[in-house]
Amino acid sequence: MSGGSVLARNANEATRSSADARLSVEQVSYAYSANPTQAPLFTLEATSFQAKPGEVVAILGPNASGKSTLLKLIAGALAPLSGRILLNGFVTHSLTPRTRAQRIAVVQQESLLLFPSRVWEFVLQGRHAHGRSLRFESDDDVMIAKNALAQVGAADLSDRSMDQISGGEKQRVILARALAQQPLLLLLDEPTLHLDIAAQVDLLHTLRRLAAENRYTVVVVTHELNLAAEYTDQIVLMQRGRCLRVGPPSSIYQRELLEQVFQTPLTVELGPSGRPRVTVLSDRQ
Amino acid sequence: MRPVTLRRIFLQCSILVVILFVVVVIALKFGAVPVSLYALGHDLLRVLFGQSSQISSDYGLIVVNIRLPRILLAILVGASLSVAGTSFQALLRNPLADPYVLGVSSGAALGAILALIAEPYLALSPALSALLTPLGAFLGAAATVAAVYVLGRREGQIDSSTLLLGGVITASFLSAIITFLMSTITSGNTRGMAFWLMGNLSTSFQKSVYWFLGIGFFVAAGAIYTTANDLNLLLAGEKEAMHLGVDVPRVRLVVYIAASFLTGLAVSVSGAVGYVGLIVPHVMRLIFGSDHRTLLPTAALGGAIAVVFADTLARTIVAPTELAVGAVTAIVGAPLFIYLLRRRLA
Repeated sequence: MSGGSVLARNANEATRSSADARLSVEQVSYAYSANPTQAPLFTLEATSFQAKPGEVVAILGPNASGKSTLLKLIAGALAPLSGRILLNGFVTHSLTPRTRAQRIAVVQQESLLLFPSRVWEFVLQGRHAHGRSLRFESDDDVMIAKNALAQVGAADLSDRSMDQISGGEKQRVILARALAQQPLLLLLDEPTLHLDIAAQVDLLHTLRRLAAENRYTVVVVTHELNLAAEYTDQIVLMQRGRCLRVGPPSSIYQRELLEQVFQTPLTVELGPSGRPRVTVLSDRQ
Repeated sequence: MRPVTLRRIFLQCSILVVILFVVVVIALKFGAVPVSLYALGHDLLRVLFGQSSQISSDYGLIVVNIRLPRILLAILVGASLSVAGTSFQALLRNPLADPYVLGVSSGAALGAILALIAEPYLALSPALSALLTPLGAFLGAAATVAAVYVLGRREGQIDSSTLLLGGVITASFLSAIITFLMSTITSGNTRGMAFWLMGNLSTSFQKSVYWFLGIGFFVAAGAIYTTANDLNLLLAGEKEAMHLGVDVPRVRLVVYIAASFLTGLAVSVSGAVGYVGLIVPHVMRLIFGSDHRTLLPTAALGGAIAVVFADTLARTIVAPTELAVGAVTAIVGAPLFIYLLRRRLA
């Protein structure tokens, strides 16, 4: 693709309606060093992929492969060393925190609370970026928060305290707050980390449904190979700061490739849903 | 779902205003010289209608010229310390943060003392030299917050216990320097060592000082109030606040400067009165919830009530002698601090 056409497309995108959210990660690299004079401790080599509205993308890879760094770059929390990340034609890192929060919602691994609040108060926090800094929530805000809770099936939790609900319920409430932001792009960093299997499946199922219903673009960092295969449209496979391959699960889930990336013997077969399924083999077999 | 509304905040604040009024009347009535409620009402009406010259009784003079300014001072000091405490708690993400516990009050006291020592040598106009003490206190407070912030960091994150420990050590170190300065320097106008270390409200000031305190309080507290929503989100962590749309560096700067200023204001006129900024926000959180849009104004009024009340106790318990108001707040505050600390660790 020539430079000219990229620019033309971006100009075009910026004028389109918000429903046409599209994420474009273009040759993004990053280097982290504790001391500028020393060699970087961690580098992310040029990574590119695109995602359409309604698409769920999983970033997969072993620990320290650069998954979370890539997610932070997409969120605009880090500035790339080279390349750029566009959301609807806007460079995510250059947006003000307020504008960014109107377009990108981030669900982090854990959410600490100093003074536990009610679930509905927590979800209303998602409305912060929509409006002036010192403001009182409108009826619209309340309705959006209620809808967000309903969308993740947590309407009945509304009046509970955040420190009195289970891990799975908490994760759904955090997701509801992200939905209340009414973003174009939803980013999740290992959302299934502390959840039991039922809650994990439930969360990814919910994400899949939300992406379809609300036309979100969803990017999720996860270790769950089988859940990613089952519920995502695109996989970004990472290893030691390099993006090895981008594509649909069927093209990524190949035995040799996954064995090499995850450094463990495994088999790949087709599951009942027609999606690939990975079984990790112990060394003795 | 019942989000915070301006109307509800007004309602809650007006309840506190009524309580404050009652406490002020009690404070006016009680003291080494008792005053009847009737005479009190009579004299206060005269003050209100600008006929204070007609107050002939000695009682009236005591009430209007001694107790009233002192109560006004207590209100301003209490509100400032309480808002500063609330702000530091959000800024440092530590529910036990308080200007006194963190050593910020000691830093402000040291700054004020240095300003008082320097004042005669600077040959400033009277108006400017009156501002020198609060300025010194503000700079002392701001420098101490910065130092404690650096001390309290471990691996790039603020660590709750390290922060408190750093604050306590800083407070002790600065108090030692204050003790040293007050013991060696015999300049006439530096008030007493006990004033700076424990705090009291017995100093009387010129009228302009009360105006300065009042306006300073409303400007700084107003600046903090504009970030009330941001502070709610900041409690969940800086990264999360950023993702929710908070301009974290700007909010941190505004709150840091304004809260240091409020501490400096209070300390420059009353010394290091402790624990007000710790207890009052906690009580208000229990009653009204932890939303800063409600918490900041209710904490300001609660702080005023608490310090007026504590000072009335300080004046009356051992009358005709007086306790330092800081001793009263510390007797109540320190055990409460231990309780909160243990509950957190559990």
